[in-house]
Amino acid sequence: MSNTVLSAQGLVMQFGGITATNNVTLNLHQGARHALIGPNGAGKTTLINLLTGVLQPSSGKIILEGQDITTLAPHQRVRRGMVRTFQINQLFDTLTPLETLAMVVSQQQGLGGKWWQALGNAPKVTERCEQLLEQFHLTAVMAQQTRVLAYGKRRLLEIAIALACEPRVLLLDEPVAGVPAGEREELLQTVAALPADVSILLIEHDMDLVFSFAKRMTVLVNGTVLTEGDPDQIANDPRVKAVYLGHGDEINDAVHGVGVGFTAGPSQGGAAPSGGNAVQSVTSARANSHG
Amino acid sequence: MSQNTSTSQNSLLARARWTWWEVLLWALALASPLLLSSHALIINEIAIVALFALSLDLILGFTGIVSLGHAAFFGMGAYSAALFAKLVLPDPLVGLLVGMGTAGLLGALCSATILRGTDLTRLMVTLGVGLILMELANKLDWLTGGADGLQGVVMGPLLGQFEFDLSGRVAAWYSLMVLLIVFVIARRFVNSPFGATLKAIRDNRLRAMAIGISVNSRLAVVYTVAATLAGAAGALLAQTTGFASLDVFEFHRSADVMLILVIGGVGWLYGGVAGAIVFKLMQDAISSITPQYWTFWIGLFLVVLVLVGRERLIRPWTWFGKGKKGGTV
Repeated sequence: MSNTVLSAQGLVMQFGGITATNNVTLNLHQGARHALIGPNGAGKTTLINLLTGVLQPSSGKIILEGQDITTLAPHQRVRRGMVRTFQINQLFDTLTPLETLAMVVSQQQGLGGKWWQALGNAPKVTERCEQLLEQFHLTAVMAQQTRVLAYGKRRLLEIAIALACEPRVLLLDEPVAGVPAGEREELLQTVAALPADVSILLIEHDMDLVFSFAKRMTVLVNGTVLTEGDPDQIANDPRVKAVYLGHGDEINDAVHGVGVGFTAGPSQGGAAPSGGNAVQSVTSARANSHG
Repeated sequence: MSQNTSTSQNSLLARARWTWWEVLLWALALASPLLLSSHALIINEIAIVALFALSLDLILGFTGIVSLGHAAFFGMGAYSAALFAKLVLPDPLVGLLVGMGTAGLLGALCSATILRGTDLTRLMVTLGVGLILMELANKLDWLTGGADGLQGVVMGPLLGQFEFDLSGRVAAWYSLMVLLIVFVIARRFVNSPFGATLKAIRDNRLRAMAIGISVNSRLAVVYTVAATLAGAAGALLAQTTGFASLDVFEFHRSADVMLILVIGGVGWLYGGVAGAIVFKLMQDAISSITPQYWTFWIGLFLVVLVLVGRERLIRPWTWFGKGKKGGTV
């Protein structure tokens, strides 16, 4: 893998006697589509907090584009291009989507300290806002207060804010969690259409999304990296199935679903499904996600 | 696309644009000392309180910092301006700048105390700072006159021409002009990208940090600015009354100014102005009827205001009909 953008090396995080993160090493190359999966309590959130600087690791290093950012404050990491979204929406309720994005874009373009010019005065800012509103299907609701938006729109804004920070590395924390079926497709398409040069680390329980999105996956269990590989390797790894126990079928379904779904779309070269059984499970998985 | 861009830009800039009723309002305000010349004293008082409320709104309404000690900066401005006039130079404008400077300096120092903790800790810390300053002004009686207050402050003429008269007309214009200038600046401030980042911090501090805003430095700046403006209000009071007493540091000042914002509406620059007018006129009217018990009526008004809600209170036609809807409030 050429030019690594983000590299976490031997991260350890101890809370008292508990080791939440144990010697985790993770590399994202440019334009990566990397998924981080693992059962509840595996330490995914702790790892995100370590990467974004909310927590300081007990030991280990985090390198972003060749620079050691282990000791930097969260907002300094954002300015260097590491941006996250939140599992639970963290929005600015009284601002409109337009104001929110104008604020973020101004901040990103270094105008956040300007106090004499009006917000939106710079054409560069409003142009970028327009693009983002379009890209995230928010143009129609750009002038409504965020708190009155539908949940799906709020979820889109959540990701739009992160992208407005012009990230080099984007950490997506369960982007489709809790989104009702009717608004889901719009969100999935938007996630799939995120800029190719941005490296993305996806934390997600939705196996459908994980296997259609990720080109590489890391499985985290009890704070340790269990294994890393491409989706096929992960799906066929007996240890992963054992970890997910009851969820082993879910992984199977999803990876086969991808194999079928993508025969019409871009080639993914996934595991070809064999037998009516797989096809059946695929249809049931599809029915679930669109029900 | 270009048309689209202009609509979004228009929509953003609409907020920053002055409307005709604002211009009219300010014209009326500036004409008021002439039109209501017998009420120039209370106009002066309203302008000063409005400025004080505006300064609190910057931190409370726009940034979400609660404070019960904003009188600390008001008092600092008042004593600095009074002392400066008495000991150094009687010129009002220079004195005003001195008052603002010392209050701002104090604000910059105190901003370190409001960066951490919750709303409750901030209430306590700001309250504490206010109490400390009042006690300092009390104990340093060789400088401040202690409990007797600082007397014998004689102000020079404004701009070297306009003497402060007994009717208070010059004082009212002076305060109104300062209020207007501060208002114009504050209006640009809150509608700027900087102001937007403050609102972001108010709405969601966690996310503000997660988009690269250095929250602490923003808080420190806005706290210092608010303290400076509170200092201006204090300086105006000391200069136009020719007197500074411990009253300027009193807790009730901090509480009153918060009430004024609640009456007028927080996070809206005119809220401080509207609240100041309502509060001062009510205080004036009620206390002329019942000097002892006017706070009773103010208290009752506040309870009704908060329970009924400002939106409904100023729209009497919504009081009746659909009675059920209001039941859940």
